Amino acid sequence: MKFKNLKIDTPEKLLFGVAPAPVITRRGLVIGGGQVYAELNFTLPVMGINKSTYQEVYNHYQEIVEGALERALHLESRGVVLEFETLLEMTKDPDLGVRIVEIMNEVCEHYYQRYGLISEIRLTPNDLREFERPAFQRTSAYLEPMMELFERGMLAGGDLLSIESTGGKEVSDEALMMCDTKAMVFALAVLGVRDMQFLWSRICALAGKYGKIAAGDTACGFANTAMVLAEKKYIPKVFAAIVRVISVVRSVVAVEQGAVGPDKDCGYEGPFLKAITGIPISMEGKTAACAHLSPLGNIAMACADLWSNESVQNIKLLSGMAPVAYMEQLEYDVRLLNEAIRAGSGHTAILQELLVASDMYTDPQALILAPENVIRISRELVKGDTYVANARNGALAALNIIEESLQTGQMKLSEMETSQIPMFREDLQSIPDDESQFIEMMLPMLDEQKFILSEYGL
Amino acid sequence: MLPGILKPIIFTLENQQLFIADINNETMNVILEKLLEAVESGKIDQKSPYPPQLKGQDGASELTVQALEAGIVPQLILEDALIPAMGNVGKKFSENKIFVPQMLMSARAMGASMIHLKPYFSSGEIRTKGTFIIGTVKGDLHDIGKNLVAMMIEGSGWSVIDLGVDVASDKFVATLNEHKGAVVGLSALLTTTMVNMEEIVSTIKEQVPNTTVLIGGAPVNTDFCKKIGADFYSPDPQGAVEYLNKLVAA
Repeated sequence: MKFKNLKIDTPEKLLFGVAPAPVITRRGLVIGGGQVYAELNFTLPVMGINKSTYQEVYNHYQEIVEGALERALHLESRGVVLEFETLLEMTKDPDLGVRIVEIMNEVCEHYYQRYGLISEIRLTPNDLREFERPAFQRTSAYLEPMMELFERGMLAGGDLLSIESTGGKEVSDEALMMCDTKAMVFALAVLGVRDMQFLWSRICALAGKYGKIAAGDTACGFANTAMVLAEKKYIPKVFAAIVRVISVVRSVVAVEQGAVGPDKDCGYEGPFLKAITGIPISMEGKTAACAHLSPLGNIAMACADLWSNESVQNIKLLSGMAPVAYMEQLEYDVRLLNEAIRAGSGHTAILQELLVASDMYTDPQALILAPENVIRISRELVKGDTYVANARNGALAALNIIEESLQTGQMKLSEMETSQIPMFREDLQSIPDDESQFIEMMLPMLDEQKFILSEYGL
Repeated sequence: MLPGILKPIIFTLENQQLFIADINNETMNVILEKLLEAVESGKIDQKSPYPPQLKGQDGASELTVQALEAGIVPQLILEDALIPAMGNVGKKFSENKIFVPQMLMSARAMGASMIHLKPYFSSGEIRTKGTFIIGTVKGDLHDIGKNLVAMMIEGSGWSVIDLGVDVASDKFVATLNEHKGAVVGLSALLTTTMVNMEEIVSTIKEQVPNTTVLIGGAPVNTDFCKKIGADFYSPDPQGAVEYLNKLVAA
């Protein structure tokens, strides 16, 4: 791992709105430069996507962006990021995806030219390689439309480039269901890391070619899947917390390859990335409840540079269309954060303390996101020589923090949860520092028909 | 108390001397109860370290062999040990008393038992409750929920054919034609792929009339189920199992 020291090494400096390496966008947002902006995420209502519905699709995106920016303008927004998280058809057929970016960008430009409202588009294509099992991570024909959408989409106005890549998912899906910590480390710190190196070297090269912003990648298909499974009580919350920490070592690779942030909203590993690399991050919390539930409603906001929601359908509510309603919610949250920043460090500290304290001990996944714990875990995530060692060390630090809070009585978990902790610890402690040794140890335990090692450069 | 069927068996001793003994209900019940416990607790075989409290003891694999050698009718092994064990597991899971991994270990233990019972399925000595064909619909790659449903339904005594993800209507129809009378389960996680269920349901109903179709997944509900002409929506795996069991009982 390239990062050996933390860019933010004290909890007090891990704060919302401020990042050591702010990102300046084309129209002038300074993300992480002293204020927080809203990032709106939206999707289509229930409908099919095929050539006969393309016009309807275009109309929806136009309506969403116009409605959202009109509301942002009315609320005197200081700037907005609009995330275009494509649906599978929009990456499979880059023409469709590019046309939607063009439509969105025309609206953004109109509001910028006419009213001075700054907005930018985050373009997030799908990782189509998942369509093949086992996946051909490096040789799949699906890479072509993905990269085409990145390239043509950024030229059409998608300035921030992100993806939720899926390298290692062939192993992690089963590992999640079995709560297999070693297999999760293999999926994320061996396969995931290698795939991120492959993919992000290409995305960063494209971004560099056109002067666009390689923003970052989230472990949504891994750690958020764990979080949602834990919310359903399918797996222990403690395991979901460990998976979140392990996911950091794969998500940080995008930054190693040249990504500069803002990391994408659904990456609850964002605070660790911010501490380790100094990039600004987007976060979502209670505002994501339209798409998924979480135990991180307030604490997720504690060090956000963009405050986001999760895909909200373009459906009618009593107040208006749902994305417009969410735009308003985000703007009011952001106003509060920015007012605290304006009022000074005493106010930001108090607001952050309240955001953290209100969630921290209600769930181990929230506990690890408290700034002091983010810093403590992040130190462990960078101290080793390999991604594997760092994943193990970070996860063990998280377990220590969870156990300490149980011992002090600050956090309470059911016996079903606590009984799993010794097993997780034992599994993690059996992981060697050396990646080759770890791979040798794991391969006999994994179903090698489910993944192709050579597609990961192994 | 488990029911039993008297049957003569042959024990093989170290000195190769053979004798015939009558197995009584009690012996059979002991084996079946142990097998039930092994499956319920996820004990696959003797070597398996899980669960720790049964370390070194026989698992589902050895106990199934013992049951067969003791002359217990294979159908009884399925109906009086394996299915009740998985039923208990499903109940505990739906009551949030266990996590998925424990349920999966039980499914694996049942799988270890089924390896020994496979010849009896082929010969027709064991009958399943029916065939259940499941898949995530075209355009959708999410399969964790679908896999859980498949596992629970298999554990309840159905033969399950998992078509995987991104499955189009023609594949469902072709599989239905190979397995007459099978029930179909469709899964979707996206608002833009749930609509594909409608086309699949209508194709199935048109080309293989009287097929029962279940649907599930985060964006769907009972209203949507009715709207697209499917027969049942379940919000969780246990609900699907209960519905299928009612179908068989009807």
